[in-house]
Amino acid sequence: MANYSTSEFKSGLKIMLDGDPHAIVENEFVKPGKGQAFSRVRLRNLKTNRVLDRTFKSGDSVEAADVVDTEMQYLYTDGEFWHFMMPDTFEQHAASKAVVGDARLWLKEQDSCQITLYNGAPLSISPQNFVELRIVMTDPGVRGDTASGGTKPATLETGAVVKVPLFIEEGEVLKIDTRTGDYVSRVKA
Amino acid sequence: MLARIRAFFAARDVMEVETPVLSLAAVTDPQLASLTVPAPGHDRYLRTSPEFAMKRLLAAGCGDIYEIAKVFRADEAGRYHNPEFSLVEWYRLGFDHHALMDEVEALLGHALDNIRAVTPVRRLTYRDAFAGYAGLDSATASIAACRDSLTARGIETDAELDRRGWLELLMSHVVVPECSRDGITFIYDFPEDQAALATVRLGAPPVASRFELLAYGVELANGFHELTDSYEQRARFERELAWRRRAGAPLVPLDENLLAALAHGLPACAGVAMGLDRLVMLAAGHDHIAQAMAFPWDTA
Repeated sequence: MANYSTSEFKSGLKIMLDGDPHAIVENEFVKPGKGQAFSRVRLRNLKTNRVLDRTFKSGDSVEAADVVDTEMQYLYTDGEFWHFMMPDTFEQHAASKAVVGDARLWLKEQDSCQITLYNGAPLSISPQNFVELRIVMTDPGVRGDTASGGTKPATLETGAVVKVPLFIEEGEVLKIDTRTGDYVSRVKA
Repeated sequence: MLARIRAFFAARDVMEVETPVLSLAAVTDPQLASLTVPAPGHDRYLRTSPEFAMKRLLAAGCGDIYEIAKVFRADEAGRYHNPEFSLVEWYRLGFDHHALMDEVEALLGHALDNIRAVTPVRRLTYRDAFAGYAGLDSATASIAACRDSLTARGIETDAELDRRGWLELLMSHVVVPECSRDGITFIYDFPEDQAALATVRLGAPPVASRFELLAYGVELANGFHELTDSYEQRARFERELAWRRRAGAPLVPLDENLLAALAHGLPACAGVAMGLDRLVMLAAGHDHIAQAMAFPWDTA
């Protein structure tokens, strides 16, 4: 891939460092009145999600990382891989359980999600902020039962378990905040 | 702020001058990039500092002078840098760098009226500052020792640097922020190879009569007990041009007018340049240079 010079550094730029793709979080230009200029950069390793600092000499260049963020449609899973499709090109991509991570709790067939591709292969998946999922199993709530704090567990069609108010029943569709795993509201079918 | 600065110099009989922004010559310092302007006859360079022109005035006998100067440095943009910025630069006959530090302190007190102006101001030699904040002897430490000092503080780099480069990295990432974290510090007596246009005093090791003013982690001023020897100055410029040649950096015309003025006779003097925009940032509590400017680079 191409190279970037330090003069092109800015937040969001994707570069290779120590063999892994990184995103620039923050770039600070450091230069004394008489002396060498440096770029002091904060980076996030896109594989491990860890943040680190690295200083570059002004004018040095780094390898660009082939990292692309794109929207895809979730198709299905065979338990081992999760399959996605690019809406315009119908190109399909398969992501392993490790790459999908917790996102698998919120993926419903046909839903759109954000995928980060590294060298053309899925690196990480982000579901939409809010999803609508059906409850497949939950105990009927007993009126006046406040012993459990007014909530009970409910299992959703994806296998995720969320805390819901007692009046919610099996078969209902719920709006869930995927960032926190919290019940937001019921959805009229 | 400008009114305060002008009043300060008026009270001390330092005359205000205005010198050209464009010149046929440019600075040879390999770490400074000059902007060029196409002009009839010959391209001209925007100045990176008013120093050369002001020294020519001094050699012509103008006495103590100051200038509030617009200067230009290509490729320098960031939280404390704007490619076009302003310097307050002044020269005092018969002063050495210590006397000039006293006057810089006085100007600060005059320009800043918040509590920070009465913060005690420290003065440290470059060597003592490195010993105290980087944990090594700047005169003798090896590149490996410099590397270790940085790594111990969580600073990593793959850059290829010579020994001077490692010291500059330590200076900008460790010494400057640490020694001026909560106040104002002068660092003086720089290593010989970082003398720029300052005189070098014999010693073990020789040191340059140069100082920097650091305020709350930010470099505010750079001052010299000025070099007056035209042969030595030409030799330094030639070394800088040779460095440019080796590095493939643009070669620039030497300022022969400056060298001629030095040969004619520059009176013994000390001079200093202070970043006016950064002074305003300090006074107003800004955290980005754009806040101290009417129109920063991207909106000019």
